[in-house]
Amino acid sequence: MNISGETGSGDHRAPGKQAGTEHAAFSALLEDSAEDLYEHAPCGYLSTLMDGTIAKINTTLLDWLGHERGDLVGRRTFSDLLTVGGRLYHETHFAPLLRIQGEVSGIALELRTTDGGRLPVLVTSTVKTGDDGRPLLIRTTVFDARDRRAYETELLRARRQAEREREELMRLNATLQQTLLPPTLVNVPGLDVAAYYHVASTDMVGGDFYDLFPLSAGTWGLFLGDVCGKGAAAAAVTSLARYTLRAAAVYDPDPAAVLSNLNTVLNHEYNGHDPRFCTVVFGLLTPEGEHGGFRITLASGGHPPALLLHADGSVDQVDTPGGQLIGVLPDAHIATATVHLAAGDTLLLYTDGLTEARQARTGDGDRYGDEALLHFARALAPTTASDAVAAIRDLLDTFGTGIDDDTAVLAINVPRPTNEEQQ
Amino acid sequence: MDVRSRNRVTVTGRSGGPVVVLAHGFGCDQHLWRLVVPLLERDFTVVLFDHVGAGRSDLSAWSPERYSTLDGYTEDVLEICRELDLGPVTFVGHSVSAMMGVLAAAREPKAFTGLVLLAPSPCFVDDPANGYRGGFSAEDIDELLGSLDANYLGWSGAMAPVIMGNPERPELGEELTNSFCRTDPDIARSFARVTFLSDNREDLADVTVPTLVAQCSRDAIAPPEVGEFVRSRIRGSRLVTLNATGHCPQLAAPEETAAAITDFVGATRR
Repeated sequence: MNISGETGSGDHRAPGKQAGTEHAAFSALLEDSAEDLYEHAPCGYLSTLMDGTIAKINTTLLDWLGHERGDLVGRRTFSDLLTVGGRLYHETHFAPLLRIQGEVSGIALELRTTDGGRLPVLVTSTVKTGDDGRPLLIRTTVFDARDRRAYETELLRARRQAEREREELMRLNATLQQTLLPPTLVNVPGLDVAAYYHVASTDMVGGDFYDLFPLSAGTWGLFLGDVCGKGAAAAAVTSLARYTLRAAAVYDPDPAAVLSNLNTVLNHEYNGHDPRFCTVVFGLLTPEGEHGGFRITLASGGHPPALLLHADGSVDQVDTPGGQLIGVLPDAHIATATVHLAAGDTLLLYTDGLTEARQARTGDGDRYGDEALLHFARALAPTTASDAVAAIRDLLDTFGTGIDDDTAVLAINVPRPTNEEQQ
Repeated sequence: MDVRSRNRVTVTGRSGGPVVVLAHGFGCDQHLWRLVVPLLERDFTVVLFDHVGAGRSDLSAWSPERYSTLDGYTEDVLEICRELDLGPVTFVGHSVSAMMGVLAAAREPKAFTGLVLLAPSPCFVDDPANGYRGGFSAEDIDELLGSLDANYLGWSGAMAPVIMGNPERPELGEELTNSFCRTDPDIARSFARVTFLSDNREDLADVTVPTLVAQCSRDAIAPPEVGEFVRSRIRGSRLVTLNATGHCPQLAAPEETAAAITDFVGATRR
């Protein structure tokens, strides 16, 4: 309805009768007294002195509460109208805020009605100040919030439930993650070993894995890998890969054969529209006679190169070029390399969660990278298994939230002979 | 742990003057003292801070274990005194912080020249068996927790970094309406429990430093007999009833509150 009537455009020159009706409605509106607007406003209205004493209250609010004007004006405070809990909230939050800011809006409180009921309301107050800036009185509007409160209670319930479920999920993920890793690393005579698993997100179980276990005739198997993807589906592949690797190593401990068998299993299990693949490095450890030390044959399927940190402080990448992802092709090429681990040497295996981490320090989102890790290892060498793992752990901490993916680290080291043994 | 940033400690006023530490209660933060500070600055070194979990304190320092009783908060008060190393202080504790002052002064009396307990209550919940009236029933306190929850949706986790993350530009925090009283809901619930369910009546007798109990007229939270109870249990303490109404005299009547503190500090130094 156009009620201005003076803008002079042709549109509102409606036939006489309708214009007359409009005019009457408009006049009625104008005759609506300020007093009536106040008393019967569609919201509660009250004014209080600065100490809270009610000085003026409209009929709407009196009707909602069931009070007579005379019972309240000059006799009761605004906080007297609230439930006890609401009064505590009013005194500790609402009133101080109002004093500091001069206004407070949209605070949820409950009013007590004379019939013993409660009325959920949204309260907004402003302080009226005098010419000298001194606060004079508080004006407050009160909106009926029954519908909104019911809606909010439902939201709150849903949010609480979501929080509980998220906690449950985190617990499940943590438990699942633990079952995918060996509880402790097995003790290998003449070898110092250490491992660390960094969880990037507690919401999703990651797909990294490692293990170290005895094989026949004094040899040992070890592996470390990374399943593509995250979550329950990836965890299932991780589980399959772990058990397949251990079984395959018993069947034929040749590292290339172990990975080849895993490749076959993954191809069979996840063929068609849901291919699942991983990168793995598998090693066979054989003690080398009386001199101490180990011969290690490594086979890699698409995995980042292991690092060999020598006793003399030099560092080599153990290249296994051309090794292909396990589980993609029916006949993946697997690369092998053999290294010797002498006293004081440390072999470090890791997943690419480490090298792909974004550096918080530089702030431009650069990935950490292979080159930086090599540099880091050079500064670290010579080292021990536990020192190397601790150093990587500290390095991961510096990345903070820049780590998208889980990271597994496994280090093995042949301890240097103690002084006594040397003599 | 850097105590100063953990508790957002602010030191202002006359350097070398008697030290007055102002501790805010449940609900808001150190802004609650903003009208009193200018009145004290001329004479005193004024120390302000936020309790961990409130205002712009370091939220990451909050833990449900440390802060599930008043002891954690009390330890913070003592750590702030030690960190600033300003010698014995007059501790002004509002509401629940008054009891932190009681516990701290009982533990390390040498750290305090005196206590001002502003609108204190050693126990909010009634104990009819012992003839004690704190003013509230346990159900009332549950209802308060309900009131906190009702305003829970107004607090957004995304808001916290904005308030907390700009220490070099505090005015950014200031612009946020209601931010002074905006608290992480879990922390608010925990602090509400500590505030309203603690019973420190027995601890009052351990206070040996000069103490002023300053209560308000018509305080909906701490009724007059509670102020009288506190006075009767702290040896040699004095009770004044301020003309200020409500629970926050430092906002309702800053001049009167500042005068009470100033007079007390003067008296304890003679």
